[in-house]
Amino acid sequence: MTDSVPEPTGSYDLAVIGAGSAGLAGAVTACELGLSVALLDSSPQPGGQFYRHPAPALGAVRPEALHHDWSAFSDLRRRLSASDIAHLTGHHVWSVAREADGSWSVHAVTGADGTAERPVRVRARALLLATGAYERQLPFPGWTLPGVVGAGGAQAMLKSGLVLPGRRVVVAGSGPLLLAVASSLAAAGARVPAVVEASGYARYARRPRVLLTNPRKAAEALVHSAALLRHRVRVRLRSAVTEVHGTDRVEAVTVTRLDRDWRPARGAGRRIDCDALAVGHGLVPQIELATSLGCATRVLPDRTLGLALDDLQETSVRGLWAAGEAGGVGGAELARTEGELAGRAVAARLRGGRGAGAGRTAGLRRRRDRMRAFADVMAAAHAPGPGWTAWLDDTTDVCRCEEVTAGRVREAVADLGARDARTVKLLTRAGMGWCQGRMCGTAVACLAARDGRGEPPAERRPFAVPVSLATLAALDETTAPGTAQNNAP
Amino acid sequence: MARTPADLVGAQPDPPFEITFDGRPVVVLPGQTVAAALWGAGILAWRTTRGGGRPRGAFCGIGQCFDCLATVNGVPGRRACLVPAQPGDVITTQEGHGHDRLGA
Repeated sequence: MTDSVPEPTGSYDLAVIGAGSAGLAGAVTACELGLSVALLDSSPQPGGQFYRHPAPALGAVRPEALHHDWSAFSDLRRRLSASDIAHLTGHHVWSVAREADGSWSVHAVTGADGTAERPVRVRARALLLATGAYERQLPFPGWTLPGVVGAGGAQAMLKSGLVLPGRRVVVAGSGPLLLAVASSLAAAGARVPAVVEASGYARYARRPRVLLTNPRKAAEALVHSAALLRHRVRVRLRSAVTEVHGTDRVEAVTVTRLDRDWRPARGAGRRIDCDALAVGHGLVPQIELATSLGCATRVLPDRTLGLALDDLQETSVRGLWAAGEAGGVGGAELARTEGELAGRAVAARLRGGRGAGAGRTAGLRRRRDRMRAFADVMAAAHAPGPGWTAWLDDTTDVCRCEEVTAGRVREAVADLGARDARTVKLLTRAGMGWCQGRMCGTAVACLAARDGRGEPPAERRPFAVPVSLATLAALDETTAPGTAQNNAP
Repeated sequence: MARTPADLVGAQPDPPFEITFDGRPVVVLPGQTVAAALWGAGILAWRTTRGGGRPRGAFCGIGQCFDCLATVNGVPGRRACLVPAQPGDVITTQEGHGHDRLGA
């Protein structure tokens, strides 16, 4: 059946997967240094999640009103259009494989949601993964009710579609993203009765040197705080939404005080009327393309898994680089820095150039290290405390896709001897649905662990996006994933 | 002054068009996804779960959670948060896995 193997749409020096801040910076840098570059992305427009913006037909005159640092993106976009980079939009990459000659094959399906089913294969000598992150969710009673949406999800829908999930939106969870989401929802006309943050901000103060060397982060926080003040948004620290009220959709939430371990205080919480809840508990690096090739990972301070990278952004698999959130969540500026660093490193490897731009590379490394240090402080400050599982009652759905309740997970642990997320999955189907555990992975791991913290979910999925059997059948053995060589960690 | 997202970015969209959701007309601004169009009409649920028959709609908004699956022009399992709405699209609530007609 070699006839039906998709012919490579092209052969490049470098294939970059993801057109967000890191991928764009990597692609334009490598291209300007003389490499031929393919940039694959699932979206119709560049920018990734951070610089998501309305489709041209929506005629947004001031897209920057919903963004920070829009000029940094405009600059990358300008360099992209001035280049001869092959920007492959609507390409959902489901697998990468190493060929016998050491080059890479990137397998994608096309279309808005990948269902156009035209299988595409792109060949490249080097790969840069800039696949970003998705939101971490912790369940609580009522979180499956319509009107409860991801905090990042509300932000994404606002930035691209100019819509809000409701008129009165509580923002809750943990992490600095909440401040950005609340201020943009408020600027766009929503009333935001409260931002509910499970951590305190005091933990940042324990690392004053890291704060002082990252003044832009402090300035960003001030901008958001000023916006929240202007819109009369109250920020409640060390609190969580522990229940959502409503029958067909959100009508109100209960906000409860937490102790240092995120355990809810006894007694009644405060009820806040609202018609939507935007909730998220940090971000999870999206790394399955790399883990399927055996790339080494590291446990980040918030107990998510990121890729282990060397000084020049290369993974433990030679020829495979990563930049941005795949190595740990640290924001758009860090992602751009890492993307440029990776782009320069790939060009140096492939062209054998020595010494050129060494000063620039050293400067990028210093900036990367400084911002990574801040990212680690941030991750530690907002890491879920073990007490959050006390928010759950036995009827709360933990796995949204398979509708597996906390009661059934606890039964698998207490009565059936499960000790880890994988065993819980085999016993209950938690994590076996459409999203493949992306939404429930953290929760199941915590519930399975004795100490309530749990091993980070492995983020191993054979396919990064759904593909049809016809697409798989079109591959022969030489290009099938899993036959990759030299991929030992 | 009830500010809207469109006001905020100074949107001057191409002329709106209509799609239907379970038979009722929904006005769409060109460039919006199916999910954005439904949110714009105040509709937050367009799927029922396979087990409990519970209503669901867009959650993650970026194609990761699959909660927003909808039946678009008779095809089930489309991620409404990624699929751009087209004039005349017929969106229907996806019941369960969306393959009832196959008897699966």
